[in-house]
Amino acid sequence: MKYIDAAQVHKRMSIRLFINTLAKIIFFLSTIFGLVVLGILIYRVFSDGVSWINMDFLTGKLSTDPEKAGILGAILGTLWLMIVVAPVTMFLGVGTAIYLELYAKKGKFQAFIQTNIANLAGVPSIVYGILGMTVFVRALDMGNIVLAGGLTMSLLILPITIVASQEAIRAVPHHLGEASYGMGATKWQTIKNIILPAALPGILTGAILSLSRAIGETAPLVVIGIPALLIPFPGSIFDKFTVLPMQIYYWTLDSSLVEEYAYLASATIIILLLVLLLLNTTAIVIRNKFQKRY
Amino acid sequence: MAGVMTAIPRPEVKKRANIEVLRTPGQEKEVVFDTQNLNLWYGEKQALKDINLDIREEEVTAIIGPSGCGKSTYLKTLNRMVELVPSVRTTGAIHYKGKSIFDKSLQVEELRTQVGMVFQKPNPFPKSIYENIAYGPKIHGIRNKMILDEIVEKSLRGAYIWDEVKDRLHDNAYGLSGGQQQRLCIARCLAIEPDVILMDEPTSALDPKSTLKVEELIRELKNDYAIVIVTHNMQQASRISDRTAFFLDGEVVEYDRTDVIFNEPTDQRTEDYINGRFG
Repeated sequence: MKYIDAAQVHKRMSIRLFINTLAKIIFFLSTIFGLVVLGILIYRVFSDGVSWINMDFLTGKLSTDPEKAGILGAILGTLWLMIVVAPVTMFLGVGTAIYLELYAKKGKFQAFIQTNIANLAGVPSIVYGILGMTVFVRALDMGNIVLAGGLTMSLLILPITIVASQEAIRAVPHHLGEASYGMGATKWQTIKNIILPAALPGILTGAILSLSRAIGETAPLVVIGIPALLIPFPGSIFDKFTVLPMQIYYWTLDSSLVEEYAYLASATIIILLLVLLLLNTTAIVIRNKFQKRY
Repeated sequence: MAGVMTAIPRPEVKKRANIEVLRTPGQEKEVVFDTQNLNLWYGEKQALKDINLDIREEEVTAIIGPSGCGKSTYLKTLNRMVELVPSVRTTGAIHYKGKSIFDKSLQVEELRTQVGMVFQKPNPFPKSIYENIAYGPKIHGIRNKMILDEIVEKSLRGAYIWDEVKDRLHDNAYGLSGGQQQRLCIARCLAIEPDVILMDEPTSALDPKSTLKVEELIRELKNDYAIVIVTHNMQQASRISDRTAFFLDGEVVEYDRTDVIFNEPTDQRTEDYINGRFG
């Protein structure tokens, strides 16, 4: 006797197929939901802001007069910020990942650090702002300059960079390291010549994605105290600065006073989105270019 | 089950007279690795128990035994690769050319320069064929392009793969077949100019034809190197080795000349294993 009765199977077949289709529709709708919201946002932003984007807007100084206001200061500020954030984050992040994955003895201490890094990745960004305010702006008396903002941002994205780099290092097959050790290479020679080059695409992808988070982040800079209307352009990491998301924040805040500020905010959002898109594309291109099979 | 197991045909070996000659004292080759009462634990689990074993120059020493018997562990102890596992603890002594390999004055990197290793799975670096071979000499400080070129050619010739790759030295090593990759790894090992080559089941990932090529290569290499090979393949041990050690549960059950082990083993367990009655 068979346990699976063909007649029964046939009877239940239509309901099984119905549930199957239903599941597909539910998951499709949840995908569409996010896309539709994003579409509406982009439409709103573009319809409000795109007509405000011109050369004067891109190359002009900030102004209270919406007709004269430009965002070159904020663009330069964002670039200067990245000049601090990128090397600091890469060095500290990759360095920590190398230590934890390849040097640290697996034990309680290592597990303790690992747990803390995972937790730090979940700490709200405004808390990092308070940390940056306390340490860099006040205790080290830097003031609200690019360096202070950049170091604060680095702290914010460091946990993500560390975790991404650790994943990338862990993904390098063990047999490559063994081959190198087996020939009498030291740990550092093995890391430098074999492990890091193999982990590089993963590390870069993680780093660029976390950098794009730093570009869009606002809350920590609000806490540090970025001036609302900063006329001079920043020329070094020791200058006061503003960044694109800060400009969006202030213009949105004041749009109840001057209606045109809302359009300026939209125009700035478009520029910010373009910068982010550019960075993410770079990340994908790098990943695809360096991806190797083992 | 017993009926299903097929006995592995005994290898053809020249009979006694020859053995007597080989056993004559004075004809013995010099000992490179001298293992005394070696014990090894992974955490609480003891993997090697009181190992005593001599490994000699210009010979192929095969280590056979069922999975988990400690044969790979022993091999990796000889160049201290086993220490990459964090919880490893050893007692006893291994002397390499008269010097303890656990001595503080002998850096593990120096030991591994003299005792090269070929792994179970071909593991070339994701670099060009040339760079794979030049890697070892480079990490040991050789920068001169002419010398590197010479080492690369010599090593590839030594591993009998030169003719197959000489026109594509700068292609990625992953473009080679599995068997070629393994011979490349052997060439890479030769490039550090070791005295001993440890091989951990070097043909287990290869097809029969590539296996044969690697075996021929091993037979050639023993003229210049002491070779220790871990193998699951008993015919392979009988074909290429001069001495065979049979490991079981972390102990050396029997260690003798290969023809003795395969024709007149003294221990019942050795005979059972060789005849495929277990393992």
